[in-house]
Amino acid sequence: MTTSNAPVAAEQRETWTSSTGFILAAIGSAVGLGNIWRFPGVAYESGGGAFLIPYLVALLTAGIPILFLDYSIGHRYRAAAPLAYRRMAKPTETLGWFQIMLSFVIAVYYAAVIAWAASYFIFAFNLRWGQDTLGFFVGEYLKVGDPEISTTVVPAVAVPLVLVWVAVLVVIALGVTAGVQKVNVIFIPLLGVAFLGLVIRALTLPGAMDGLNAFFTPDWGALADLNVWIAAYSQIFFSLSIAFGIMVTYASYQRRKANMTSSGLVVAFANSSFEILAGIGVFATLGFMANQQSVQVSELEGLTGPILSFVTFPAVINEMPGGAIFGVVFFGSLILAGFTSIISILLGVAASVQEKFGLSRRGSAILVSGVCAVLSVLLFSTTSGLLALDTVDQWANNVGIVLSAIVMTVLVVWVFRKSETLRRHLNAVSTFQVGRIWIALIGVVAPAFLVIMLGQKLVSLVNDGYEGLPQWYLNLFGWGTIVFVVVAAVVLSAIPWKGRDDEKFVPWPDVDKEVTR
Amino acid sequence: MTTPAVIMMIVAIVVVWGGLAASILYLRNKPELTEGEIEDPDMVRQDTERLHEPHPFRDT
Repeated sequence: MTTSNAPVAAEQRETWTSSTGFILAAIGSAVGLGNIWRFPGVAYESGGGAFLIPYLVALLTAGIPILFLDYSIGHRYRAAAPLAYRRMAKPTETLGWFQIMLSFVIAVYYAAVIAWAASYFIFAFNLRWGQDTLGFFVGEYLKVGDPEISTTVVPAVAVPLVLVWVAVLVVIALGVTAGVQKVNVIFIPLLGVAFLGLVIRALTLPGAMDGLNAFFTPDWGALADLNVWIAAYSQIFFSLSIAFGIMVTYASYQRRKANMTSSGLVVAFANSSFEILAGIGVFATLGFMANQQSVQVSELEGLTGPILSFVTFPAVINEMPGGAIFGVVFFGSLILAGFTSIISILLGVAASVQEKFGLSRRGSAILVSGVCAVLSVLLFSTTSGLLALDTVDQWANNVGIVLSAIVMTVLVVWVFRKSETLRRHLNAVSTFQVGRIWIALIGVVAPAFLVIMLGQKLVSLVNDGYEGLPQWYLNLFGWGTIVFVVVAAVVLSAIPWKGRDDEKFVPWPDVDKEVTR
Repeated sequence: MTTPAVIMMIVAIVVVWGGLAASILYLRNKPELTEGEIEDPDMVRQDTERLHEPHPFRDT
């Protein structure tokens, strides 16, 4: 959240937390590429209407409860994920590193999507994508080739990608992340306005209603397909940044009596509000595209999740009066939203490294971002970039983050039995009181269901592969991602803290006695 | 739009946008917990220092 919490008297605090500024900042902090880029693609690949019910169930039964769990751990144990988990129970430090390494992997490919948005910002000035927005994105722009480790650099992607990383490194090296955060005060509302404009235009295009039917018509048969469910859960986890260390770390910086759960509800619902809006806009456009080609929405060819937003939004922009202006504002502010998100992710990784190794704040941030930048440019600036991104995203989210959520909930609730302490902690600082149902959700409902889904997902990935890609490719970029994250987590936890873990740390407040209100 | 689609749209909008409206109203009405323990000044100072370090501030 883009809020600063300087120590102020209770009365002043009260005004700030209820102020429009605080609430707008909370809403603004929720919108990012997860909502506008990833959600429509996942919803489309999962069959539109089949996706929405699992998505809503995931939000209410796992998204919000696990957001609260992330908050409670970070807020109570006041450190980046690895140290916060360690303070909760020593052996769980490895889980903290597992989560932080997942966010490292996400940062590596997240930058590529920002680079695409940067290119489209430039293209928007003269609507360079033309009428065939799909052919343009895949063929002319990304020059997508075979699944291989390509050394054919696509300059149109490589240049913006390098620039994104240069900008990240400059911002981090100068230590002006707080300034960049403030830029969002202007750009997030601007993004909101442009985005809303595009959605409204999309709704008035011929065929839009067919698109909405595809998005909203429930497909009851598909409810039995666990792959749809896991896609819904991992989309919620991805876009709320939960179960991969970011929200744990974020919460640790909030003042001790911050109203965590109440503001968390605003963030969670705002996040999904943007996603539903993005879904409406993108599917209305799909209806329009199908109408142009005289086919059904389900018969549109060549569309996949990661490319969907970059095919549909330009198609709407083409149809807008003053399209270029909307395009420039939309992609321009989307870059800023993505850019601040990636900074936020990298600062979480950097804080973890800094706490463990005692490096300087800035030093660790530069180190982390530098390593991330090299990997990112190597992997995603070539003709195989899109396939690598799709594969890494699939495994990092549907396997990595889901596994992380299972391990986290089981360790907290069943192995180390901290759920009641954490519940009392949340209630001791927040106005929205969390009942025991929360423990039932994070302790039973979510992990049980996630285990079943993950099991089925693993079977399907092993037996059927993914998107018809060759096995060696999936081993390297898919399973390889998971192996990398696990090995890194084990190695990083094995290194001694040399006292930097502040073993005398005492959590506040003391919640062993029941907190009564 | 077909009837099932309209119904599902209304459900999604009520749950998600309704949830947003309700949570904003809740936060406005109950912005801060005024009872319970209050942090001691040392803690507040530490927290303020920590807050000025670069840190994650938003989701993805």
